[in-house]
Amino acid sequence: MEDYLVDWSRAQFALTALYHWLFVPLTLGLGFIVAIMETIYVKTGEEFWKKTTKFWMGLFAINFAIGVATGIIMEFEFGTNWANYSWFVGDIFGAPLAIEGILAFFMESTFFAVMFFGWDKVGKKFHLISTWLVAIGSNLSALWILVANGWMQYPVGMIFNPDTVRNEMNNFWDVILSPVAISKFLHTVGSGFVMGALFVVGVSAWYLLKNREIKFAKSSILVAATFGLITSIFLVISGDEAAHQIAHKQPVKLAAMEGLYDGEYGAGLVVFGLLNPNKTLEDEKDSFLVEITVPKILSILGYHELNAYVPGLKDLVYGNAEHNIMSTAEKIQKGKIAVASLEEYKEAKKSEDALGAKNARLSLQENMKYFGYGYIKAPEDVVPPIALTFYSFHIMVYLGGWFLLLFALLLFFITKREIRDYRWLLYGALWSIPLGYIAGEAGWIVAEVGRQPWAIQDLMPVGIAATHIATTSVMISFTLFAVLFTTLLVAEIKIMTAQIKNGPEGGH
Amino acid sequence: MGFGDLSLLELQQLWWIVISLIGGLFVFMMFVQGGQTMLNKLADDETEKTMLVNAIGRKWELTFTTLVLFGGALFAAFPLFYATSFGGAYWVWMAILFCFIIQAVSYEFRTKENNLLGQKTYEAFLNINGNIGVFLLGMAIATFFSGSEFILDSNNFSTWQNPLRGLEAFANPYNWLLGFSLVYLAKINAALYFMNNIDYEPIKNKAIESIKINMIFFLIFFLSFAIWTLLRDGYAITEDSIIVMQQYKYLHNFLEMPIVLAMFLMGVVMVVIGVFVAIRYKKTCCIRTVGAGIVLTVMSILLNVGLNNTAYYPSTSDLQSSITIMNSSGSHYTLKVMAYAGLLIPFVLAYIAYAWYSMDKVKMTRKEIEESSHNY
Repeated sequence: MEDYLVDWSRAQFALTALYHWLFVPLTLGLGFIVAIMETIYVKTGEEFWKKTTKFWMGLFAINFAIGVATGIIMEFEFGTNWANYSWFVGDIFGAPLAIEGILAFFMESTFFAVMFFGWDKVGKKFHLISTWLVAIGSNLSALWILVANGWMQYPVGMIFNPDTVRNEMNNFWDVILSPVAISKFLHTVGSGFVMGALFVVGVSAWYLLKNREIKFAKSSILVAATFGLITSIFLVISGDEAAHQIAHKQPVKLAAMEGLYDGEYGAGLVVFGLLNPNKTLEDEKDSFLVEITVPKILSILGYHELNAYVPGLKDLVYGNAEHNIMSTAEKIQKGKIAVASLEEYKEAKKSEDALGAKNARLSLQENMKYFGYGYIKAPEDVVPPIALTFYSFHIMVYLGGWFLLLFALLLFFITKREIRDYRWLLYGALWSIPLGYIAGEAGWIVAEVGRQPWAIQDLMPVGIAATHIATTSVMISFTLFAVLFTTLLVAEIKIMTAQIKNGPEGGH
Repeated sequence: MGFGDLSLLELQQLWWIVISLIGGLFVFMMFVQGGQTMLNKLADDETEKTMLVNAIGRKWELTFTTLVLFGGALFAAFPLFYATSFGGAYWVWMAILFCFIIQAVSYEFRTKENNLLGQKTYEAFLNINGNIGVFLLGMAIATFFSGSEFILDSNNFSTWQNPLRGLEAFANPYNWLLGFSLVYLAKINAALYFMNNIDYEPIKNKAIESIKINMIFFLIFFLSFAIWTLLRDGYAITEDSIIVMQQYKYLHNFLEMPIVLAMFLMGVVMVVIGVFVAIRYKKTCCIRTVGAGIVLTVMSILLNVGLNNTAYYPSTSDLQSSITIMNSSGSHYTLKVMAYAGLLIPFVLAYIAYAWYSMDKVKMTRKEIEESSHNY
């Protein structure tokens, strides 16, 4: 029963997070694109640009509303479904969430009202500033929540306090300037920027395919493809940094992303591969049924070195003395000592045995790094679902590459040729809208499934983190979320398509 | 002298004061919710309804954000409460969240072409948010006085003792009183907001009429709640950090914290005077007086239940599991960091006030709504 509870709790979190992430990227990217368009309007004074801005702003607002709706649950779900987690790390994790509220959400919501309703109520400049502040506010809120997520992947800046039985923050700057948090933030908002650009070029391409709104669509493509090309390059760079961080901080995740069972010097990157579904950690079967690998690239990506050793899953689970990799069995041993020491400490405290408490505390400190392993049953349990992680990662990378190419092609054809003659490209742009969403969700699957079984890397597995509640309760709330969010998504898509069909002349 | 020089207890008190302030501001901002329940009552035709929706529609996100901040600040400052209450009273909080999820799309989707569910459904969503959402929040806050059924283990992990996961709060009429008080208060406040925000006689007159009735209901429920609270036993913390039941605890808290008592009395008087002036002289500016009164009253109630050695989230299953600002807070370091971040709050309030002022300089008119293309 316990296992089912964890599965359902995870399923609910995944469901709500994946839904939320259908709306956030567009907010992140489209916000800036709209702000750029309005800047052009304010600079040139051309009514055309005002109309263009207002059209995209209308779509932004529809998307924004459902983003808010799916967002509120994310903040409270840590408490409702991950209560033990919330206590264990709330002292660190809560602060970014609260600062997010103070710093970012109010900026978004205050200036959203000005941006949307203030056209005739405030001056041009104040309105423009408001539009920029909405874009900046949205991205700031992404900063804080990604700092929180980055911390779960690589916990820093805290110390375990056995008296309160929780981790306590001791260095705020380590938490927010953590390299994992920073690279995660840059890569994630980068994907949002690209999504915004994909949306604008895709919708504009549809107009061109229908031979409608020619000037509007071409101008929109020019702005969005430029924005998209720059941000795609940024996405590649930040992705490289993210991979580098994962190699150092979460090597198991990296090995799963690449289906790497045995460690290698100068490891190659799998460009294309079909995983062998019958492969297990213990056997010597091939990991892949089919594979095309570019040599050395994984070592370069992960360690910025041609011949660096990239540990495989077997090294990480069973240990590798040559490379100084501790086996998971040993980590479990240490983890169990840590957990037991904590209990001893509590007992000693209760019986006012100062020496016992001191010794238990020392033993706890020594083994705290592996605390979470104390709850892991078998060494193999620290390996995340390999196929899901591997395929999600590769789909994300392929699509990222395609988007970069798409923006470059669009920019070339829109400036050098009559783009309407190249219908294949316009169809490509149109169909890239859903692909953008797939890429973004795949990225989150890599990040979150790839770090299983940890709620907090090495410190707390998901099984301990979840709220003690009847599984049926979570099943019911899961179903309610699934029905409600799906209904709202359908409504949103119908409203959006109706607005797009009406076009920029159709008003709101 | 910085926040770091404050003792842990002082920081805990500071953060409880900040949370009480946010709570007060949130209840004030609930005029949005109140307004959502009165759309059909105050509007005679579609245009009037659209006027009402747009008047509150330009503020709903601020209310929503204040709720989110309330949750975030509780998580950061008092994580044990966040973990115990949200995870424990699962179904009450889930119900509240669902009420807010459906609100968030309704303004934007309500009159949009092809909106799947139809205008009536989205208006029903707004109504549910305004009535049920507010009522449940009131009930949840009432359990700060009446207690909940949970036990904390030696890891501070909580186990809820009632399979109804929070819905058992319905069994206690005391909780209903605060729920209904909030519902009617929100309606009164909404009417005052409409009077202030919309320049249109018919709506103004109907708003005044609605206040008369809602004020009677509000007073009945609120005074019952207040009297019951002052007379009931409360959860006190002794010098040895043991939780005991103490007779007239909340009355004692008021008497032992005269500033809090003054805030409470002043708040209530401001609400009553503001409402009276609005009804009697048809003044449009009473929302300011009433609003300030609401913030003071709510703050004083939360200060009463949190300060002066009181357990603010008591457990009826195991008295010693009760949650206090001392045993539930973040560490000294985190509270200090948060206090510095909190210095931004006045700045945030200032730009909200400025944006609000700029947008509301000119009152909404029927003409504006009929001619504008940017409506909800």
